[in-house]
Amino acid sequence: MPERSKADLLLALADDELLLGWRNSEWTGIAPFLEEDVAFSSIAQNEIGHARALYELVARELGTDADALAFDRSLDEYRSAPLVELRRLEWARTIARHWLYETADAIRLEALKASDDSEIAGIAAKIDREEVYHRIHAEMWVDRLLASEEARPRLDEALEELWPYALGVLDDDLRPELVRRVEAKLGREMPHVEPVPRGHHEAELAELLDEMTMVRRSAPAGARW
Amino acid sequence: MIYEVFRREREGAAMQHAGSIAAPDGRFAEVYAREQYGRRGESEALWLVPRESIDEIAEFVDEFDLKYRRVDGYSIKERLKEARQRAGTLEG
Repeated sequence: MPERSKADLLLALADDELLLGWRNSEWTGIAPFLEEDVAFSSIAQNEIGHARALYELVARELGTDADALAFDRSLDEYRSAPLVELRRLEWARTIARHWLYETADAIRLEALKASDDSEIAGIAAKIDREEVYHRIHAEMWVDRLLASEEARPRLDEALEELWPYALGVLDDDLRPELVRRVEAKLGREMPHVEPVPRGHHEAELAELLDEMTMVRRSAPAGARW
Repeated sequence: MIYEVFRREREGAAMQHAGSIAAPDGRFAEVYAREQYGRRGESEALWLVPRESIDEIAEFVDEFDLKYRRVDGYSIKERLKEARQRAGTLEG
């Protein structure tokens, strides 16, 4: 893994989890059926919970607080991967993004769990214990959509579209493992494409940040929750 | 498919019906049951049963008034009173 500061490394992970949590929560109330609504909303809450734990860790490092990191930075300061910034309110695309993200995230967490820094290794292990269930959820949906004549082409199209974004979640050295896992699952070769890396932001992010920070910005100074 | 969910609150306790969930298959049912009946720490174990595997019995015939078979038994108050009257030991 390339040398990066601890705060930078953890912020990238925290921003991914926060934004994906927000994106997934957009299905609350309108998921395909009630049980899925509950499950997907719960996954969204978990991701935001992971983000909070990570922001708290970074906040101690930087001498600030978790809310300030989550909500008070400017758009350019977010370290998120463009994959989680996209707004794709269509179920096949949501499942494609969910599965690609969880697959990439598993690889990233495995690397972080092996970190020499015990704080990083510890929080990665803690997050991973919950992510196990997100992966089970993502895998069962991918299998189900792949098995359906109607759903398979829609999922495939979404996977093609999101593939460069999925590669952008990981650093260079971890990408080959993502290619291996995705190809093994789908039983076909993925296109060789340029990753859409961190550092560039999707247009949808501005809109999301505006919505996400609305309450915080409108609260009078010193308001406590 | 509808799955009936049973949950056990703590080790050693009896399974109790918790509710039901709709899921396309057992894999989905497991995920959904975990979310709905397990994620708040309210259950120590869950049972999932496809509703179609449940045999229901909902008709019980008791034509000859065999009340003594019932768990609540049958009242002997009146008969006791009569017996006491016959024996002349009825008080009051």
